[in-house]
Amino acid sequence: MAEQQQRPIIPSRGTGPRMVFQKPKNIGATTRRILVYFGRSKYALIIVFTMLFISTGSALAGSYFLKPLVNNYILPGNLQGLAVALAVLGAIYLVGVVASYFQGRVMVRIGQKTANLMRKDLFEKLQDLPLKFFDAHTHGELMSRFTNDIDNVEMAIEQSVVSLISSVLIFAGTLVMMVILSPILFAVAAIILVLMIFLSTTLSKKSTGYFRIQQKSLGSLNGYIEEMVEGLKVVKVFGHEHVASKEFSGLNEKYRSSATTATFLSGVVMPIMGNLGRVLYATVAIVGGVLAISGRLDTGSLVAFLQYSYQISQPINQITNQLSVVLAALAGAERIFEVMDQQVEIDDGTVTLVNVMYVEDGTEDGALVEAPANTKTNEWAWSVPGSNGHTLVPLKGDVRFDHVVFSYDGVTPVLRDISLYAKPGQTIALVGSTGAGKTTISNLINRFYDIQDGTITYDGIDIKTIHKSDLRHSLGMVLQDTHLFTGTVIDNIRYGRLDATDDDCKLAAKRASADSFIRRLPQGYDTIITGDGGNLSQGQRQLLAIARAYAADPPVMILDEATSSIDTRTEHLIEQGMDALMEGRTVFVIAHRLSTIHNASAIIVLEHGEIVERGNHNSLLAEKGRYFQLYTGQAALE
Amino acid sequence: MIRKLWSYIGSYKSLIILSPLCVMLDVVCELSMPFLMGKIVDRGIPALNLQYIIQIGILMIGLALVAMLFGSLNHRLAAVVSQGYAANLRQALFDQVQSFSFSNIDTFSTASLVTRLTNDVTQLQNTLLMSMRMLTRAPLMLICVLVFAITINAKLAIIMFIAIPVLVAGISLVVGQAERFFKAVQEKIDAVNSTVEENLIGIRVVKAFVRAPYEKTKFKKSSDELSDTAIRAGNLVVTIMPIMLLILNTATIAVIWFGGRMVANHQLGTGELAGFISYVMLILQSVLMVSTIFMMLARARASAQRIIEVLDTIPSIADKGQALPGSAAAEAGEPTVQHGGIEFRHVDFKYTASGKGEDVLSDINVVIQPGEFVALVGGTGSGKSTMVSLIPRLYDVTRGQVLVGDLDVRDYRLATLRSAIGVVLQNNVLFSGTIRENLMWGNPAASQQEIKEAAQNAQAHDFIMAFPDGYDTDLGQGGVNVSGGQKQRLCIARALLKKPRILIMDDSTSAVDSDTEAKIRASFRENLKGTTILTIAQRISSVQEADKIIVLDDGHIVGIGTHAELIASNPAYQAICASQMEGAVVNG
Repeated sequence: MAEQQQRPIIPSRGTGPRMVFQKPKNIGATTRRILVYFGRSKYALIIVFTMLFISTGSALAGSYFLKPLVNNYILPGNLQGLAVALAVLGAIYLVGVVASYFQGRVMVRIGQKTANLMRKDLFEKLQDLPLKFFDAHTHGELMSRFTNDIDNVEMAIEQSVVSLISSVLIFAGTLVMMVILSPILFAVAAIILVLMIFLSTTLSKKSTGYFRIQQKSLGSLNGYIEEMVEGLKVVKVFGHEHVASKEFSGLNEKYRSSATTATFLSGVVMPIMGNLGRVLYATVAIVGGVLAISGRLDTGSLVAFLQYSYQISQPINQITNQLSVVLAALAGAERIFEVMDQQVEIDDGTVTLVNVMYVEDGTEDGALVEAPANTKTNEWAWSVPGSNGHTLVPLKGDVRFDHVVFSYDGVTPVLRDISLYAKPGQTIALVGSTGAGKTTISNLINRFYDIQDGTITYDGIDIKTIHKSDLRHSLGMVLQDTHLFTGTVIDNIRYGRLDATDDDCKLAAKRASADSFIRRLPQGYDTIITGDGGNLSQGQRQLLAIARAYAADPPVMILDEATSSIDTRTEHLIEQGMDALMEGRTVFVIAHRLSTIHNASAIIVLEHGEIVERGNHNSLLAEKGRYFQLYTGQAALE
Repeated sequence: MIRKLWSYIGSYKSLIILSPLCVMLDVVCELSMPFLMGKIVDRGIPALNLQYIIQIGILMIGLALVAMLFGSLNHRLAAVVSQGYAANLRQALFDQVQSFSFSNIDTFSTASLVTRLTNDVTQLQNTLLMSMRMLTRAPLMLICVLVFAITINAKLAIIMFIAIPVLVAGISLVVGQAERFFKAVQEKIDAVNSTVEENLIGIRVVKAFVRAPYEKTKFKKSSDELSDTAIRAGNLVVTIMPIMLLILNTATIAVIWFGGRMVANHQLGTGELAGFISYVMLILQSVLMVSTIFMMLARARASAQRIIEVLDTIPSIADKGQALPGSAAAEAGEPTVQHGGIEFRHVDFKYTASGKGEDVLSDINVVIQPGEFVALVGGTGSGKSTMVSLIPRLYDVTRGQVLVGDLDVRDYRLATLRSAIGVVLQNNVLFSGTIRENLMWGNPAASQQEIKEAAQNAQAHDFIMAFPDGYDTDLGQGGVNVSGGQKQRLCIARALLKKPRILIMDDSTSAVDSDTEAKIRASFRENLKGTTILTIAQRISSVQEADKIIVLDDGHIVGIGTHAELIASNPAYQAICASQMEGAVVNG
């Protein structure tokens, strides 16, 4: 074994330094939960442990074999016997090597499979969590569950657990062998061993304390770096460079001094333990020599005993090192399970969206029936389960809020007693200053959040009874900050509806006025979008988002208009796209542009979570109230 | 590359030289153990020489203590030097980044600069630490092992000379193979990470379009691919240890066989044989160390390159002369900004230093009198922000001249020029600390009265006083607990505290409501009479009363005049007004 604990050779997924001092809260329960992930690999563990015993036994036997070799064959000069004995030794070694190879292979497999299962579970869980959860956790925090934490678990399974167990076995086996070889020598060795173990634990405790201090000053140092690099342009404009450099130098020095101590303490364990091992070796040599002279110990036993004492510091080092890795992994696993134990988005809706068609039954419209599985129509209806089968309610896009009360945290009310309605085909403009509750209203329609009081109905059906995915399928959204995904342009448009053909997508792009800029991209519709659309301008991303909503073709749309400074030409294009998208649909628009408001069927003016005015453009202007102020620029419209 | 990085070692140079010395003493002491033990077994025991045994034994204990001392000392040196070096490097990087011009900043992303200053430096620190512990140790150990082995018995040592090359060849074969797999693993890791990140950022879109099942399948695929690739790479890695053990065990058996025969023929002592076996095992240690170092060095290379990239970037804007700030020469001869007049003479500008690409500004000519209130209007990409950023020399012109106070901006010292100009940037930031600390960026010596006046002029005083701690309210990192409009007003106040001759506001009241904005304008008219003000704004209402409105389109000036003049005759200005006034019945 190398004196340095082996770093994983496979690239690590995390970026940050490994935390050394985290302690798991509940070792037993967490371990049991990890074991569940082993699944069928559990049986492979039996093989691993068998292999582990074999390879450990082989290592111990190898050293013990020196005694008979020396006493029985070498000293008497029995060369033939030596050859046979060496063949046996060779076989022992070979078995050990083969066993350790297979054990390694199996552990790699178990480690990777377990990590993979956990990763997939975690991702699926994340997808099912309500938005509330994402509001309360930063991206970085959640990312590190996927990188550092899963990494730690995987590494512990792959290397540390086995190496920990084998070190314990070797240590125990060595002690046993020592006792067998010479109880007196063992007594001498035991005194030094106790000292070694004591020193090792004391030192590691002490360095843990210093690591905590180091981590803390590293946190403030990195925080300062981040802040100053992010605000670099402001630093320059204010000529603040020298001050920043001086402040940084203070933090840098503070980190340096604490890091130096922590690094030293964690490193110095090695020479101390290693050399104490050598003191042990020398002491054994002296006492053993004395014993041999007095005839109470044979040379073979002494040689074998010396061999054992030469190697004993290694398992002790390994045990302390690997234990901290395993503990860190358990702490990581606990954080992963914490996410997995979160309450998922509740979806107890029973009303579903079904494809329907009209059949002749004598009446003017015909009767509404569910379309056969293999046909596709453009008609949709809600299938409402009742006591006597399902009733079909045609999908129209009629949305009503009835005395809705909502709060994000259950304490501060965001919406108070909101009632409003949107008939199919109407455009409802939501107007008001920042924080008035416009975006919240749009978040409630698709049940991103659940209301505390009142009801929201869709085509007369309480949305709480509608299956969430069907509800969301019937709604389209264009958000202010558009998010695009890695893939081609056309893939991103298809995000709106999975089964859309290429032609459908291109048509959607044309309608959204996005076609012309897409064609001018290097690979047209097949241009790869990277890093959330970093290679597109904001206006272009907005156009793609509109095209995406177009492809989905839902009866109800929620539009959050862009406020940022987009140039007039693009703004005109977006306007065209949005106007086309609004045609024939029920639209909720969080309005920033005067023209949208102008054409809206109804304008709802919100202030502090309450509707303060409602009406159409002309009637509201005539009222000379809040809307009038907003509209004439006496108050900010945002 | 190494020479460049080496130069930051500074005062630690002498300590780093001590390290191999410590390592050498440590290794020699450590490795003499099996040799001395052999002497006890072979000479002391058969001769029943108790004194000899105790003498050698005490010598061994002494050597172990010496090894402990020097080993610990080297660990101390490694900790001090590696952390000290990292601190030097970090400071150099930080200072270098601080000296970057805006165009330098634009070429690096914030995240990548932060990574270079944090993770990459840590990576190099770790490499230096491990190198000081092992880089000299591994070869020294190998040499010592061979020397002791030859001393014990040269013929037997031949086994080692065969085993070592075989071992090295075997390992390098596996490691060479593994390289390819690791690259593949890294790619899969990147894919998995980017899927997670994307889904975290776009979670609302995923939910709105009910695409969770699709994303789950996508993730499952990339996660499975990662797992499969990692297993393949792992399977290769787990062959390393067995291969090494196999070779060394074979060597051990060979040593016992040939050595045993020598013992039988009295050419070798039993103790010497046992010592020899210990040396075989030590070979394993040193070879493992060498392979660890090589893998670590390969990883550190990438970090080193990224750090050097920053260090080698030449700040594209720097002072002309080398006069030290505060030196007598600087005090006497350096020009100061005499007044707030600005002139653009035939200015062309491109963002790329090479001069390729399109002109962002072309042939800009304009004269602004001291104390004028000037507004810039035009669409996104028309060059407004670029034009104003040339005044404090955030960028240098490609052709032509920008004059401030009748002097080319390049003739001032940067600090002199920028201290005379207050800039409120479009994407502005506040820093962690109190409101007062943030405002004092404008003037570190400002009195409470001055701070209050600046805040009042920016219409910030009232809301500041509404906070329980007033001016001592702590702003979180990035100023999170103030609204967008409040933040903008604080940024304006900060710039006002400079008492600048020229104040530039780049779209810096966009989140402030019209009411408050009008009040800010009014107090500027009242209290900043001598100050030249340049403002970029989206709302026409914000710029109507300017002394001069400059209309930009596609990098050209297409109109200069007052609101009344432009609305009467300038089609571009008319179009901008029309788009904003659409449908408005009443609007002053």
